[in-house]
Amino acid sequence: MSSDLFWILISAMLVNNFTLHLFLGLCPFMGVSAKIATALRMGAANIFVLTITSLVASFLNAYVLPHAPYLRLISFIVVIASLVQIVEMTIKKVSPTLFRELGIYLPLITTNCAILGLAIFQTNRGYGFLEGLAFALGAGLGLTLALVLMASIRERAELADIPALAKGMGLVLIIAGSLSLAFMGFAGLSTP
Amino acid sequence: MTGTENAAELVRHAPGAHEDGAALLPGGTTTSTQDFLRGVWEENPVLVQMLGLCPALAVTNTVANSLAMGLATFFVLTGSSLLVSTFKNLIPKEVRIASFILIIATFVTIADMTLAAVVPDIHKALGAFIALIVVNCMILGRQEAFASKRPIGRALLDAVGTGFGFIIAMVMMGSIRELLGNGSLLGYSVFGPSFEPWIIMILPPGGFLTLGIILLAFGWWRGRKAAEVPRVRRWPHGVASRRAA
Repeated sequence: MSSDLFWILISAMLVNNFTLHLFLGLCPFMGVSAKIATALRMGAANIFVLTITSLVASFLNAYVLPHAPYLRLISFIVVIASLVQIVEMTIKKVSPTLFRELGIYLPLITTNCAILGLAIFQTNRGYGFLEGLAFALGAGLGLTLALVLMASIRERAELADIPALAKGMGLVLIIAGSLSLAFMGFAGLSTP
Repeated sequence: MTGTENAAELVRHAPGAHEDGAALLPGGTTTSTQDFLRGVWEENPVLVQMLGLCPALAVTNTVANSLAMGLATFFVLTGSSLLVSTFKNLIPKEVRIASFILIIATFVTIADMTLAAVVPDIHKALGAFIALIVVNCMILGRQEAFASKRPIGRALLDAVGTGFGFIIAMVMMGSIRELLGNGSLLGYSVFGPSFEPWIIMILPPGGFLTLGIILLAFGWWRGRKAAEVPRVRRWPHGVASRRAA
């Protein structure tokens, strides 16, 4: 059982990395990956929200959605959006320092496709409570890893002598392609 | 970096957002033709604004998948724009984003169920990405920047134009990736059996690389066009001075 959970975590983090393999959460990946410090903070905020989302999705799947499967998408998005709002208000009240640290990243996460993607994948694969948690943790760590790797490369690229033509999104996408290629190496890890 | 700081920034700076001054008439200063054509090419959602990248990279490994995804997104965008524009005066400003998302989610559910019933194979290939149309920033961006402020006809034109632009970008990506990665188009072999397919193109890295190279090519093309303009303008001047002499 515990090895199953570990495999789910590793699979979500490396083999089927959310950003580099499933193309989820590309907005922050392209937008906030210019500096390592911001990338790390964004990653932390993502892990936090992903974990909560997984809990909520497990709850909805167990108690609400068997009665009304056609409401799946609508209930997921509404519950996730309002939950992030509540979490944001709680953090603001309890720890203003942390709130300032996370800044605009927290509310932005609501519109991040990785969050809704996690809830949907978790449902499609029939994950229970614990498997869902492992999946969320793996996905969050994977996102953070991809963000930090990307930010490190971009910090170096700032100093490099790149032709004017290649500067901008084209370069970022090509770097992402190479990273994705590198991550395909993890496909060699197979289910125990 | 062309305004891709983050999703909210993208939505705020979406085209049309800058024309929402109170001084402007409803309908803005643009003509209907401009409203339609803008989204198709000049401000193409994927190739220029870099919105809706998640589906553009994830499901464009074959032309058929790209086309299905493009059409589904087109349907959701047009339906939501129509509904948002119709009810724009009834939606309170404070909860507008939540209302837009609810409307979008309803249309996505319809598209999801229709695809599952009509083309089950493609629905299976697209998987969770149909449901993820809900969080496509392009759709929410059009609602916030355009449909919620314009008359129904204009909102519809804008949605149809942007939807077309999205389909064009999707099919472009899909064709390149299927042609190089599988040697075929829409399942029909193009290069014959002797062609060694570039497997990488239909795998995830191929998505990033294809879009990256398309963007580089566009950047190069635009740079050339920009460099041409002054040379053309100098001509009549030179001719004029020669004639004067």
